[in-house]
Amino acid sequence: MNEQQLRDLIEDVRAGTRTRREFINRMIALGLTAPLASAMLLQSGVAMAAAPYEYKPTKRGGGGPVHVLWWEAPTLLNPHFAVGTKDQDASRIFYEPLANWDADGNLIPVLAAEIPTINNGGLSEDGKSVTWKLKKGVTWHDGKPFTADDCVFTWEYASDPATATYDIATYQAVKVSKLDDYTIKLAFAKPTPYWADAFVGVRGMIIPKHLFEQYKGGNSRQAPANLAPVGTGPFMYVQFRPGDLVRAKINPNYHEENHPYFDSIEMKGGGDAVSAARAVMQTGEYDYAWNLQVENRILQLLQKAGKGQLKFLYGGDIEHIQLNNTDPWKTVDDQRSSIKTTHPFLTDPAVRQALNVLVNRQAIHQYIYGPAGLATANFVNNPKRYVSKDTSFEFNIATAIKLLEDAGWKPGPDGVREKNGVKLHMTYATSVNAPRQQTQEIVKQACQKAGISVDLKAILASVFFSSDVANPDTYTKFYNDIQMYTTTMTQPDPQLFLAQFVSWEIAQKENKWAGLNITRWRNAEYDALYKAAESELDTVKRAALFIKMNDLVIKNVVVIPVVYRPDVAAAINGLNTRLSGWDSQMAYLKDWYRET
Amino acid sequence: MTRYLIRRLLIAVPSLLGISLVLYVILALAPGDPFSALASNPSIPPAVAEALRRKFGLDDPIMLRYWHWLIAMLHGDWGYSFDSRVDVDVLIMQRLPTTLYIIGSSQILALLVALPVGIYAALRPYSLFDQIASTFAFIGFSLPTFFTGLVLILIFSIQLHWLPFVYRTNITATGWAGVWAHIAQAIMPVLVLGLFQGGSWTRFVRASVLDVVHLDYVTTARSKGLAERTVVGRHIVRTALIPVVTVVALQLPFVFGGAIVTEQIFRVPGIGSLLISAILANDTPVIMAITFVFACLVILFNLIADILYGWLDPRISYR
Repeated sequence: MNEQQLRDLIEDVRAGTRTRREFINRMIALGLTAPLASAMLLQSGVAMAAAPYEYKPTKRGGGGPVHVLWWEAPTLLNPHFAVGTKDQDASRIFYEPLANWDADGNLIPVLAAEIPTINNGGLSEDGKSVTWKLKKGVTWHDGKPFTADDCVFTWEYASDPATATYDIATYQAVKVSKLDDYTIKLAFAKPTPYWADAFVGVRGMIIPKHLFEQYKGGNSRQAPANLAPVGTGPFMYVQFRPGDLVRAKINPNYHEENHPYFDSIEMKGGGDAVSAARAVMQTGEYDYAWNLQVENRILQLLQKAGKGQLKFLYGGDIEHIQLNNTDPWKTVDDQRSSIKTTHPFLTDPAVRQALNVLVNRQAIHQYIYGPAGLATANFVNNPKRYVSKDTSFEFNIATAIKLLEDAGWKPGPDGVREKNGVKLHMTYATSVNAPRQQTQEIVKQACQKAGISVDLKAILASVFFSSDVANPDTYTKFYNDIQMYTTTMTQPDPQLFLAQFVSWEIAQKENKWAGLNITRWRNAEYDALYKAAESELDTVKRAALFIKMNDLVIKNVVVIPVVYRPDVAAAINGLNTRLSGWDSQMAYLKDWYRET
Repeated sequence: MTRYLIRRLLIAVPSLLGISLVLYVILALAPGDPFSALASNPSIPPAVAEALRRKFGLDDPIMLRYWHWLIAMLHGDWGYSFDSRVDVDVLIMQRLPTTLYIIGSSQILALLVALPVGIYAALRPYSLFDQIASTFAFIGFSLPTFFTGLVLILIFSIQLHWLPFVYRTNITATGWAGVWAHIAQAIMPVLVLGLFQGGSWTRFVRASVLDVVHLDYVTTARSKGLAERTVVGRHIVRTALIPVVTVVALQLPFVFGGAIVTEQIFRVPGIGSLLISAILANDTPVIMAITFVFACLVILFNLIADILYGWLDPRISYR
């Protein structure tokens, strides 16, 4: 689909001949993310659809307590130190951003009076500034008014390197100034198409100036409010025991009428995912459990007990196999997998294409992940044009054999294919995790049938995902031929996500293996597209660039996508939970209620 | 006696220093680091992790870090958790009451089972009671706690709906309902731990009593015409208890250490679960504090056991 066709589609939505949902689904089918699709509508001036979530309670409170179970327990309540989702979720009970992301990737105002657009003057034509109007009449839990000063302070706090916040990059990218008590302006150094990062969603939680002013920079650890938060959110702090319990009670002055429904919330931590699922769906001791990375078979079994249901939150996380472009077995400049080497056989397109059809995604989805892992052909999206060429999402050992035969890889005496003395023998690494080991087996068996011998390696997650420079088994060192893990898409915009394939991000010794490009793939065309997307303000053109980038990655089999993974949660029957895969699971806690 | 005590305490100092040094170096050399979550997240610049490393002093050489830690520890500063940025002593104090309650109750339960059953079984060896007691003791300490824990949950929580399997520290109910809620949620973890411990102690008490029961002085006591109660209470049990005291005293530090597996299954927020989550998060100051306190307690209880010997057996003197 070219640019003109996209523009016509948008016009159809504007004219009402096509619904917003149809448009978004069409875009998703094309491989765009839902947030991007709705951003396209938003920028083109098509009004947002009303949120489909229906909030029935007609008064504030009266809902009693709600008990939620986070099996990884929250350990801190300062949103700008909260690296893990557990801490971000716990902080979100108390703190709020200017706007939340909803499940379709729309912005929903929370502490903002409205979402900035070009039409309402919030977005500048040159893409270098954003003006947010704040909601009036909002107070902190201690009664002090919420104003633009708090937003400006949050920016100062989070962008100060001495404070060492985890979201420092987001806030260093902007300059924030106060226009009046209820208006702030964000200025960017260069045109920024993805402007909704600071003050939005997980990274956007605003902290009160009057409580943190003394604790900016070096002494940030000492702030009493780190452990006893004072926010603007629907619930107020009661008790916090790191690693065990967060308790909060209703905020009687919450800024949204009739919200929240529950009188108190208790977030219990600890234990394991299976028993968390059990406590909701089988015994009903708890109302909601988060992050149930449990074998699908067990989850379905527990759901049969009938006390609760599974919830799926669709983000952009993808379980994929990476192919190494460099030689993991040759040491150059004190490191293996150096960019000065090339992989002996994985750089052969035929081998890559063969591997691509040897991964039985449908079976992996059906027998291992179930609804928590959907088979996919794409890294970010679903390009139809890719399917029309020979690298499809199908699983076909015969095709793989033909590809290898044609490229001159002939079976040796031991059944393993070889060419010019190079054997198709590879190591396949991943972290220790039951579904991953099962996937490894499925792939290994298919590879063996095609004459590729595979050594499986399972590395402890704490080692595999560590940044320990001294350890050879980390995923960023990639001292293996292929490896598999899930890449998380932390924001509803693929720009950062796609930085995993640009040449200047290659993970090497020089950058302590902190580069994002793990496969060490280099492609000038891709680099150019990425740079173009970085400053492309036209969302339609930008979308087309992202599609092209994904296609390049898939066409060259830089990675083999396996399954697209939503987050899994469980809620007790009757509990209405508004959830979004693009934001914290606690983002819409104010809208939760129990059906009576 | 005083000189003996002083000497023992002085010997303890170098052992503790050695233990702390070994612990510290092993933790420092272990793979993984507390900021791996920062490093593996593409949207966090590496500079953040580096700034934190500097702030927490992780870039210094190991010996220098150990020295800083030791000096701070001597001043009563246990450091703070990298993970929650809360002072370690605060974290431990938050967990201590629950640990003492659960593990303490289970040890008392274990003693209450082991002493009478072990003694009675030894006095009537190879009787039906002894056979049954031995069988159950054997089963008790053979089954791992994660298994018995899950079986209890399956029976009492899922099938019968009698007991909760998630331990709560914020029970709001008052009066008898509150008391019952506290007891109900502790029943399963205490049973699991107590019966496991009780099983092995029963075997131990039985063996120990059996050793004494046929000694000549017991026969003498009986032939003097002493009441059976006196023979058992004063002559048999008191002598037989000496080795039991060692075992029990050496077990007591574990009351502080918590029970990692059982705490995890029942979500008991004790020291054990703090330790395991600190290990998973590479939270060195917390691991260091817990293991070091643990080492101190082991040494202390060793000393207490030695002193108790003297009280139980006047033949032992201290020089």
